[in-house]
Amino acid sequence: MFQSLEEIIKKCETEEKCFWEIIREDDVQERRVTPEDSYEKMMDTWDAMLLAAANYDAKQKSSSGLAGGDGAKMEEYILNKECLCGSFLGQVIAGALQMGESNACMKRIVAAPTAGACGVMPAILVPYFKRLSNNAAKIVEALYVAAGIGQVIALRASISGAQGGCQAEIGSASAMAAGALTYLEGGNNLQIVHAAAMALKNLLGLVCDPVAGLVEVPCVKRNVIGAVNAVSSAEMALAGIESRIPPDQVIDAMREVGDKMDISLRETGQGGLAGTPYGRDIEKRLFASS
Amino acid sequence: MNIFDILGPVMVGPSSSHTAGAVRIGYISRNLLQDTPVKAVISFHGSFATTGIGHGTDRAIIAGLLGMQPDDIRIPDSFSHAEKMNLSYEFKQVSLRNAHPNTVVLDMRGMSGRTLQVQASSLGGGRIMINKLDGIDVNFTAEKPTLIVHNQDQPGHVAEVTSMLSHKSVNIATMQLYRNKRGGYAVMVIETDQEIPAESIKWLEHLEGIIKVTYINS
Repeated sequence: MFQSLEEIIKKCETEEKCFWEIIREDDVQERRVTPEDSYEKMMDTWDAMLLAAANYDAKQKSSSGLAGGDGAKMEEYILNKECLCGSFLGQVIAGALQMGESNACMKRIVAAPTAGACGVMPAILVPYFKRLSNNAAKIVEALYVAAGIGQVIALRASISGAQGGCQAEIGSASAMAAGALTYLEGGNNLQIVHAAAMALKNLLGLVCDPVAGLVEVPCVKRNVIGAVNAVSSAEMALAGIESRIPPDQVIDAMREVGDKMDISLRETGQGGLAGTPYGRDIEKRLFASS
Repeated sequence: MNIFDILGPVMVGPSSSHTAGAVRIGYISRNLLQDTPVKAVISFHGSFATTGIGHGTDRAIIAGLLGMQPDDIRIPDSFSHAEKMNLSYEFKQVSLRNAHPNTVVLDMRGMSGRTLQVQASSLGGGRIMINKLDGIDVNFTAEKPTLIVHNQDQPGHVAEVTSMLSHKSVNIATMQLYRNKRGGYAVMVIETDQEIPAESIKWLEHLEGIIKVTYINS
């Protein structure tokens, strides 16, 4: 277990190994498995993500009726119209919505790092794999990079909305995805952690305010901002832009903000969007019928 | 927490605490019962009671009781599977004192007549804690091989169990002891790094003063 991103980078330098190899070594030690077992499990995780993306059902609605169908609308839009943000990013938006909706509809997904934020990583990795690289081994390496970043965030701050708000879920997922994408695009270790830091910074303070306490509104669409923000943060890092605040200190700031966040904004379904008159009405309607 | 707690688990949505954790509670409870459940009364507390329905917590618990794991795609349809597999169930709401917000109490009866009450909490990320067995405090996650020995509170039983484990080269990771009163009913909960051989469990069951032995590894 690494206490900091800095520690990972230092270990990469002293042992002259890649970021992903260091994370795999750590897993081998932590779980007492062989490097091959670890790798195979990560490949299974990737297969599960691909399968989850392929199993999206455009017609499905969540049992509350609040989630479903938007990912299909987005997909249709990018097929029929030249997307302002380009077709790759358009696909990222559609993918994030679709996975978020699949989760709300009780389909099988990969929590990354949580079920509520399960759309961020595959929204980027699936179209990247299908359109740009088609190299599963490279994607698996990127997943190790993401897991390493996520593990440090979990240790120094939190990946739970109940503890740190949405910044801890979508923010962490975005940081992980930014690091993974930077790695895939050939960024170095420093660029990887700065991409992660910028992604997390940009979502600092995001509250967890699910309507009726369900992982639907606004969670599904928050996956979109997590994914798009990861792409822009990776692009900045690859352009040579750094986070002015050191990455580990950004994570510490996320923890501090989470600690100061009011309980009504930490997955209790009380404040923020959940507390709006419309949100309250939905809650009343759902609980009256159940 | 390892990296597959970060990238994972692979699970049926929508919530790692309210869905995946709930399936696991059902699954572990079934193993603790050591029988095929035919009747279950499920009492939800806290957030499980208020937002459980929208998260499919009810269907998740039933799926687990039927032996499904958190990634089983049959979870949304678990009620119809329960009917086919002759499991009858009833849901209630309770208010427990000093309990985690995501807590449930399961009263189960098995095909061969065994009964067990389990109180468990879902801690987030799909991880769980078993809090009580038949009203006696225990605390274990069921992530490691776990041995639960119910015995009379008298000298020597802890030594019997630990020397057996030592003899089989099984390392103890954690160990807890509970009793209702001096000389009364005692429970030891031992989590181990290695699996415990089946014949050793059998041997324990036949010792004098040992009331019940439960071993789970899942």
